[in-house]
Amino acid sequence: MNLAVQVGALRMQNPVTVASGTFGYGVEYARLLDLNQLGAVTVKGIRLGPVRGNSTPRTAEVASGMLNAIGLQGPGVDGFIAKYWPFLKELTVPTIINIWGTSVEEYAEVARRFDAVEGVGALELNVSCPNIKEGGAQFGTDCKLLSQVVAACRRATRLPLITKLSPNVVSIAPYARAAEEAGSDALAVTNSYPAMAIDVETRRPKLANVTGGLTGPCIKPIAIKLVWEAAKAVKIPIIGMGGIQDATDAIEFLMAGASAVAVGTANFYEPQTALQVIAGIRSFMERKGIQDVREIVGSVITDR
Amino acid sequence: MLEELVQILANERDVGAYFRLTLHAPEIARRIQPGQFVHIRILPMRDALLRRPFSVFQAAGDNVSILYKVVGKGTAVLSRMQAGDQLGALGPLGHGFTVPKSAGEKPLLVAGGYGMAAMYLLAQCSPRPGVVFVGGRRRVDILCEQEFRALGWDVCATTEDGSYGHRGLVTEPLVAELRRDAKGKRLFACGPTPMLRAVARIAEDFDVPAELSMDEHMCCGVGVCLTCVIPVKSADGWEYQRTCTEGPVFDSKEVLWEVPR
Ligand SMILES: Cc1cc2nc3c(=O)[nH]c(=O)nc-3n(C[C@H](O)[C@H](O)[C@H](O)COP(=O)(O)OP(=O)(O)OC[C@H]3O[C@@H](n4cnc5c(N)ncnc54)[C@H](O)[C@@H]3O)c2cc1C
Ligand SMILES: Cc1cc2nc3c(=O)[nH]c(=O)nc-3n(C[C@H](O)[C@H](O)[C@H](O)COP(=O)(O)O)c2cc1C
Ligand code: FES
Repeated sequence: MNLAVQVGALRMQNPVTVASGTFGYGVEYARLLDLNQLGAVTVKGIRLGPVRGNSTPRTAEVASGMLNAIGLQGPGVDGFIAKYWPFLKELTVPTIINIWGTSVEEYAEVARRFDAVEGVGALELNVSCPNIKEGGAQFGTDCKLLSQVVAACRRATRLPLITKLSPNVVSIAPYARAAEEAGSDALAVTNSYPAMAIDVETRRPKLANVTGGLTGPCIKPIAIKLVWEAAKAVKIPIIGMGGIQDATDAIEFLMAGASAVAVGTANFYEPQTALQVIAGIRSFMERKGIQDVREIVGSVITDR
Repeated sequence: MLEELVQILANERDVGAYFRLTLHAPEIARRIQPGQFVHIRILPMRDALLRRPFSVFQAAGDNVSILYKVVGKGTAVLSRMQAGDQLGALGPLGHGFTVPKSAGEKPLLVAGGYGMAAMYLLAQCSPRPGVVFVGGRRRVDILCEQEFRALGWDVCATTEDGSYGHRGLVTEPLVAELRRDAKGKRLFACGPTPMLRAVARIAEDFDVPAELSMDEHMCCGVGVCLTCVIPVKSADGWEYQRTCTEGPVFDSKEVLWEVPR
């Protein structure tokens, strides 16, 4: 039985990774699960320099999901390389590094810096974070800027590029195509949805940042539709994510057209989720007599 | 740190909205240090997904117990669970209290409400008994006084409405004690944030060391999500540190109560 998939030049032993920002830098979960069983480890977003992030409260629980406005707290490229890379580079599975910037030049510079680091699996361009004032979603909701970011990173590195698209657009197809044409090797669909919650006792927003990103099982049906639409628009592979809790959720994403999937919010309440998803995909394939997981990709039947 | 499915052995009302939960959790019981917590997945909660953090109150043999107050969705569901039901437990988590090493220092514990729960293991491990200052709004908020007395500790209770012990704030008898003699005293506190802040100020005034167990909202409990951060002094001014990982116990001198501009 084959579970391995190719995401551009990135080979994954199985189609399951973790979503950026929900798995730290891998090392935090290493005592709870064997990271080398994953398809890849994806780390929290990194820009050139260190970032303190937003004030607290930074998250709020909502029905079947949560809001977050962390504000991309992180150690910067040098801090990441010094503190976390020595651990990650020893893994047998690839690391996907999620990167961002506040200008096209910064994205490219971060990409260039990681190009010089031996052993990086791929770069994921976060052009879709709703929680920072500059950068983030602004690049993901303007096709021209998106093309510029992807093209600049393409020139800066030979590493596989995964462009992580924003869900907050009228139609995802033009953005998917813009990323593909600018040289992206793959897409990640999707990031969190801009959202808000209010504490009625205090009349204050539950997040210090007022608004945040909605994630978890409540966004899954919306994410499935976006993956399905993006998959029809491009030839490059897609990593699907949004609310995955079990193998059935993951298989839905594969059928919608994703070549791989990422487990996000579920890590917070069930750190074993990604491993359970891998085991569940395997037993689904056994039950259905499927030899190769790639047979599932895009296999949804839409004609009645 | 490990994850296990644990069985509820008992889950009974203590007083008012407070419950005592006993779990069969041998691996966690063996490893727990004073001031550490467990992150509990309350399986019957349906649309509320996140785990809930609770200090370990007591640990004996294969069991750990938790003393909790019903305040919202999760704790309400938890209070209806019964012996034989299962919970997901992740723990022990966090950096706990520094257990005093010699009998030279006299520990003074300061607790508000369920903050008492975080203090028992510390009192039990301490090489010498000290005083627990426990405060609450009303009589029902004064928890487990007898258990601390049984360890040979003095308990000084205060209630805001005067229904039990001294009337006033828990910090008042603490200040009186330090005025008598602050030398060789070491403070440990767990409770509502305004109380912790007052304890930090008192520790500074009397120049005594203090460790505070901070209460912040948490998602992952293991350091990956960066929900639970508080501003803490650092080499280059200040930084956000994680209550679940660098904390929940912090040195009071390091905690910044507001984010610097
Ligand atoms: C390190 C630590 C130790 C704790 N130890 C104890 C203890 O021993 N006994 C006890 O009764 N309580 C303790 N708490 C507080 C306890 O975690 C909350 O009361 C509980 O999470 C409330 O859940 P809920 O679903 O009933 O409330 P809801 O208000 O419905 O919860 C909504 C969300 O807010 C979070 N939340 C609400 N209040 C708090 C709070 N005060 N602290 C952290 N998160 C909160 C919940 O976890 C949840 O994510 C501790 C908290 C921390 C951080
Ligand atoms: C707390 C938190 C932090 C996140 N941080 C990042 C980040 O740094 N970069 C990024 O591209 N996405 C980030 N995301 C988005 C996730 O990677 C993922 O796209 C989203 O959560 C949807 O998947 P889920 O519903 O399974 O969580 C974050 C999400 C959460 C909940
Ligand atoms: S709760 Fe996730 S980092 Fe502390």
